[in-house]
Amino acid sequence: MTILLLADHDGQTLGEATARAVSAARDMGGVIHVLVAGENVGSIARAAATVSGVDKVLVADDPALAHLLAEPVAELLVTLSVDYAAVIAPATSVGKDILPRVAARRDVMQVSDITRVIAADTFERPVYAGNAIETVQSTDELKVITIRSSAFDAAPQGGESAPVESVSLPAKEWKARFESEALTKSERPELTSARIVVSGGRGLGSAQAFETVLAPLAEHLHAAIGASRAAVDANYAPNDLQVGQTGKIVAPELYIAVGISGAIQHLAGMKDSKVIVAINKDPDAPIFQVADFGLVGDLFTIVPELVQALG
Amino acid sequence: MTGHDAMKKILVPIKMVLDANMRPRVKADGSGVDLSGMKLSINPFCEIAVEEAVRLKEKGLAEEVVVVSIGPAKVQDILRQAMAMGADRARLIETDQPVEPLAAAKLIRTAVAEETPDLVILGKQAVDDDCNQTGQMLAALLDWPQATFASALHVEADSVKVTREVDGGHQTLVLPLPAVVTTDLRLNEPRHCALPNIMKARKKPLDVRPVAECGVDMAAHLNVLSVRPPEARKAGRCAANVNELVGDLHAAGVI
Repeated sequence: MTILLLADHDGQTLGEATARAVSAARDMGGVIHVLVAGENVGSIARAAATVSGVDKVLVADDPALAHLLAEPVAELLVTLSVDYAAVIAPATSVGKDILPRVAARRDVMQVSDITRVIAADTFERPVYAGNAIETVQSTDELKVITIRSSAFDAAPQGGESAPVESVSLPAKEWKARFESEALTKSERPELTSARIVVSGGRGLGSAQAFETVLAPLAEHLHAAIGASRAAVDANYAPNDLQVGQTGKIVAPELYIAVGISGAIQHLAGMKDSKVIVAINKDPDAPIFQVADFGLVGDLFTIVPELVQALG
Repeated sequence: MTGHDAMKKILVPIKMVLDANMRPRVKADGSGVDLSGMKLSINPFCEIAVEEAVRLKEKGLAEEVVVVSIGPAKVQDILRQAMAMGADRARLIETDQPVEPLAAAKLIRTAVAEETPDLVILGKQAVDDDCNQTGQMLAALLDWPQATFASALHVEADSVKVTREVDGGHQTLVLPLPAVVTTDLRLNEPRHCALPNIMKARKKPLDVRPVAECGVDMAAHLNVLSVRPPEARKAGRCAANVNELVGDLHAAGVI
């Protein structure tokens, strides 16, 4: 089979989610072509070409593709899909936006957010906020699949560069128009690919505490900062930091939950982390049921002490 | 946009799901999640969609809000709830069979064909199957523009301006009408229904029709081979103090 993988990028660099999706594609078996769509994306295409396991890169360079809007990218994928057995993408906000459009146009059912490849047509995916794992087989001739990044290791960079080929976007009138973008600037590692994540919950009590209590710990550990939905709802942290069923799904080496009680919707976003640490004043908080290491007490005392102790 | 040239109609497709506060139990035979005797509710994102449509109507930006759902007779409960929130009427496409997102999108398309709404607002994701597909599929089938994961929606002349939650922050799109918008959590906070409104909703029109009358192929594209509980994590140990915790983390090799 030949698989077409839609690359995720921010206009500047290839997102790590793409290399993770390449691993899922390798598990499916067959030839892997990566589509890099966007405007002035030559360097991103070259980066995609050196991801191990990629056989060919298709690059579609067009102003209409600049912000990876659903209509043009889906149109391009629908056109290309006739030559492929599968169209896949990482389940990022881009992949989740675009791929169902492709599936509907091809009259097939998408398999969303897979966490494991059993066979080229059979996958595991979490449902009910990860409280159940479904094994699902697609009977469609064309498979349309989104990949949960945290469930797959990134395919390494390096080695032979795969050939890069240009493809063009069909000419059409696009209805939705891009107006503006406000992207969070951060020196910290990206939440979904960070090795360590430090997350704050309602227990932090304020946006200020995210800066004065959580940020020093994150900086010390070179960690990304996350937040529970409760903290986001209370405006302590922006929504793009939300970890959970309907936010980001993370599986870092180390996840430190600070002042987070551990609602199932939050656990859905982090319980596949390798090591979980919980710091909470309530010894009965459900977060302790999934934590490898815990510490009961006042986070406002414990976290600064922890920063000290880490030296 | 002023009152006199308000949108004629907003259609809000909604889904009934296991209540988000209930803990799902996987059936012992691995055939699925056991919903018997469990509380079922309107999907939280769908509730946000209803709220947004009702607010637009209350601001004079839309004349009518119609809700539609797919499922067994019991789904009338959430349609009544949506009407208690302020929707004007409801449609139920009745079926006892499981409905995949593609079939749901096709069924909603039949409602769109009859209702000809200016805007369709729906939840970005149902918290049972966690698919996040139906809105995008509907937009594709209709060849309409879409804005998924909306955190703000402003109606302008013949268009809507939608701010979307994307991975790195926010993105704002302008969609000419008609259009499809899917809701994210921060779009609004749905209201609680007052008793008089619940009583009033009982008298609002609710059209029920069997799925067979819709002419949509309901055959499943996906076979669910099995459903299992996730691997359980064991509770670990609680450290007595920070130094002990740091020792644990060193021993685990994560710092």
